[in-house]
Amino acid sequence: MRDGQVVKGVRFRDHRVVGDILELAARYRDEGADELVFYDITASPEGRSVDRGWVRRVARVLDIPFCVAGGIASVSDAEAVLNAGAEKISVNSPALADPSLIDRLSRRFGSQCVVVGIDSERAGEGYRAYRLTGDPRRARESGRDVLQWAREVQQRGAGEIVLNCMGSDGVRRGYDIEQLRAVRGICQVPLVASGGAGEIGHFASVFREAGVDAALAASVFHSGAIAIPDLKRALRSAGIEVRP
Amino acid sequence: MDAAIIDSGGANLASLQFAFERLGAKTRVTADAIEIAAAPRIVLPGVGCATDAMERLRRSAIAALLPSLTQPVLGICLGMQLLFERSEEGSTPCLGILRGEVRRLTAAPGRPVPHMGWNRLEDWKADPLLAGLAPGAYFYFVHGYGVPACELTVAQVEYGGALSAVVRQDNFWGVQFHPERSAAGGARLLSNFLNL
Repeated sequence: MRDGQVVKGVRFRDHRVVGDILELAARYRDEGADELVFYDITASPEGRSVDRGWVRRVARVLDIPFCVAGGIASVSDAEAVLNAGAEKISVNSPALADPSLIDRLSRRFGSQCVVVGIDSERAGEGYRAYRLTGDPRRARESGRDVLQWAREVQQRGAGEIVLNCMGSDGVRRGYDIEQLRAVRGICQVPLVASGGAGEIGHFASVFREAGVDAALAASVFHSGAIAIPDLKRALRSAGIEVRP
Repeated sequence: MDAAIIDSGGANLASLQFAFERLGAKTRVTADAIEIAAAPRIVLPGVGCATDAMERLRRSAIAALLPSLTQPVLGICLGMQLLFERSEEGSTPCLGILRGEVRRLTAAPGRPVPHMGWNRLEDWKADPLLAGLAPGAYFYFVHGYGVPACELTVAQVEYGGALSAVVRQDNFWGVQFHPERSAAGGARLLSNFLNL
């Protein structure tokens, strides 16, 4: 999301407008999406919290869960978003700047609605977490190792981790199975794969080979390359349980 | 007014209000015991932790009122858990309307906690709240604590053992999942509640 519209980039750059928030929300609801995630990508780089007007409008039309991310840096920011009708809030840059935010959010609202997003990039033998990734000019390596950070956020009360593998994002060559497996190995809360989905087979692979609990995708749905009902049929015939 | 939604101080009452609004029902969010006592139906929602929620219900005298109600009452998620005797979450004494205890879910490989996602209801008994729903319908769950299946269980969900997904005793119903975020099946359940 940027300036009230849905945008999508490639490897977190060159974002293009793909449509109106409410129209897309209603379309994915009708196609059978199990959950929607809204990232207000310029909120943190611009030092503001997510705008709440659209959260209420989305909550009115959606009858499936949705998560909102973008510049949520305090308990009151989170409360406003949850009160507007979101199920979950996701924090990334503000949590890297002040990890105790995760403790405060989970104490106040319960772990089940506190998602930590990790924007991760391979570095040598390991992976490093990035912050302020919504604006390529301001994106920075946080100085944190992804596996250590993933352990820490769970101890602090995160109820879900969304791992955005930046190197795979928007390029449609498949999820980063190796990286997701590494995080799965130390992750006792739900783990959501993000970044790289290009074809139906990629979804089946990430569930089977990385053992993730959910797979998030954007480009392939926005462009119409993959229709959600087709994807769900294929997953079901591959023996992966999904809601019809 | 078709139903009163108890404001237990937790966040996220909007999604529940919107779900009723989509069904054309009029609801009021209130923490006023007199207004709640007079409502034709009552919803006890809950996001947050059991200790805080119980403290707020006690302070507003709703905790004392609830067990005496005779109209249909629907507890959702934490709201369902609060109907029981106690919760392992902060060792909290709850409303004690239903017999049983709320337990912490334990994580295992392939079974992360909190439990989040769409699951099928299993082993269900006939109940007006589930009228018209296909057995095996999927509902959206998001919880870290649960009530093991017991004699009050109307439908269960399998997650490291059989958990109560729907419970009932007389005029008190509870659902562990979120009907307001469970697509068409959830809407049907809420509409059934409005017809009780």
